[in-house]
Amino acid sequence: MSVSAAHRAIEAVFRIESAKLIARLTRIVRDVGLAEELAQDALVLALERWPATGVPANPGAWLMTTARNRAIDHVRRRKLVERKHDEIGHDLDARQESPDLVAALDDDVGDDLLRLVFTACHPVLAPEARVALTLRLLGGLATAEIARAFLVPEPTIAQRIVRAKRALAEANVPFEVPRGTELAERLASVLAVIYLVFNEGYAATAGDDWMRPELCEDALRLGRILAGLMPAEPEVHGLVALMELQASRSQARIGPTGEPILLLEQNRARWDHLLIRRGLASLARAIELGGGRGPYALQAALAACHARARTGDDTDWAQIAALYAILAEVLPSPIVELNRAVALGMADGPAAGLALADQLRDEPSLAGYHLLPAVRGDLLRKLGRFAEARQELERAASLTHNARERTLLLERAAACGSIPPLPR
Amino acid sequence: MRVMVMVKATKDSEAGVMPTEKLLSEMTKFNEDLVKAGVLLDGSGLKPTSAGAKVQFSGAKRTVVDGPFAETKELVAGFWIWQVKSLAEAIEWVKRCPNPMHEDSEIEIRPLFEMSDFADASPETIARNEQIGRDIHRA
Repeated sequence: MSVSAAHRAIEAVFRIESAKLIARLTRIVRDVGLAEELAQDALVLALERWPATGVPANPGAWLMTTARNRAIDHVRRRKLVERKHDEIGHDLDARQESPDLVAALDDDVGDDLLRLVFTACHPVLAPEARVALTLRLLGGLATAEIARAFLVPEPTIAQRIVRAKRALAEANVPFEVPRGTELAERLASVLAVIYLVFNEGYAATAGDDWMRPELCEDALRLGRILAGLMPAEPEVHGLVALMELQASRSQARIGPTGEPILLLEQNRARWDHLLIRRGLASLARAIELGGGRGPYALQAALAACHARARTGDDTDWAQIAALYAILAEVLPSPIVELNRAVALGMADGPAAGLALADQLRDEPSLAGYHLLPAVRGDLLRKLGRFAEARQELERAASLTHNARERTLLLERAAACGSIPPLPR
Repeated sequence: MRVMVMVKATKDSEAGVMPTEKLLSEMTKFNEDLVKAGVLLDGSGLKPTSAGAKVQFSGAKRTVVDGPFAETKELVAGFWIWQVKSLAEAIEWVKRCPNPMHEDSEIEIRPLFEMSDFADASPETIARNEQIGRDIHRA
């Protein structure tokens, strides 16, 4: 095996093993930053040795044993130091739990992995820190990869991760899965982080790229892993269903020159039917577990209405409008109302949709949101009110930050005819 | 990237010899590991070719050939679809798979085409393909 082939193999092993390594090491040393360093040390050792010796038969076990031995050495040294301090009158920090060395040897690593998930998404961290730490510790992404994905300079991400680890250590965040009433709230935070990563990939918020598929794949992978770790949590399946169904359209939503194609104009033959099948199965699982009214499951159910329709004309808009009405109860938001307006416009005609959309015009959180004028513009166009439609679509174009979407909106505006915009 | 991972047929698999309880449980464990890692998207074992058929093309002519087929080692006995970061990752997972057969066997890994692989196709070609897709859908 050549050195570069060996390095590729080691990289692949590390990608498979790193989250498990870090999770288990964190349980021993009670510090994610230190755990990650120890895992990296084991990787460096593998990179030194394996090109000469060949990759061992069970590389995961090799890395785990190597890293764990170092972790145990570290804990012993620390205890020695603490004892010395104790002798000269220092108090041991009572909150410092004694590391669970024996138990950390053999039991299911899945439990540690889940603890790591909740630690990386802990509320003491800012949302962007949770995202960076989750991708780094659980997604196995390098700092440079995260920086590239989020179009942020590498030192910014590096610093974000360092600070996040320090914040976790300073807050003495216990390495555990929350229980009882706390669990629901904390799980929501975990799901939000994963969905944020997915959306960052699915709808690039800035720049000229419509989507960055790698991030979608990373988010999907994290979601699928979480579904394996928490199989009884309906919303985890709901989120996975939502992501699978949205990702199923990713190849159809970009045209030959990179321009976005709206859902109803997409070529459904290009939808990924494997992902649709997986998404529908996850949604069924979420409903079976009693989670049909969960916000992610409801959004997945909405995506499923489109996935099930063989053509755009077959879409069950009445069902979509009904689902949005439930979603508006569960998760009241002007954006949900705006989507309900679109569905009503399709189910009961553009006048019904516009009536609802018009109620949102004074909604402060939608001021500056390009989709409100975009939706109103389309409904006005269908009602034959072309001048107003054009003005709204142009306003939407001026508000979006995505260059491709702007082009699309301006084309739709132009299609309303060359009528000068009305004075405001 | 997605890969198709194909378990090649053997004399036993073509003869319809079912895997032992031990191999089945090892395979189940391996499949569970793939699911837990978020890698496994799809997969299935295939019945022996004696249960299948093939259609041969020569110009406008179609000839139906019933199984079983002769070239055992080239046949596929089962497949997975995996989502991985690289071919190296797929290789690493395959190395962890128990020997899927009771005799010497082989597993082949083939990356699927992705949209970016067609970046060189002209917009007209893509547009035509899309038109075909729409026509199929209306049919």
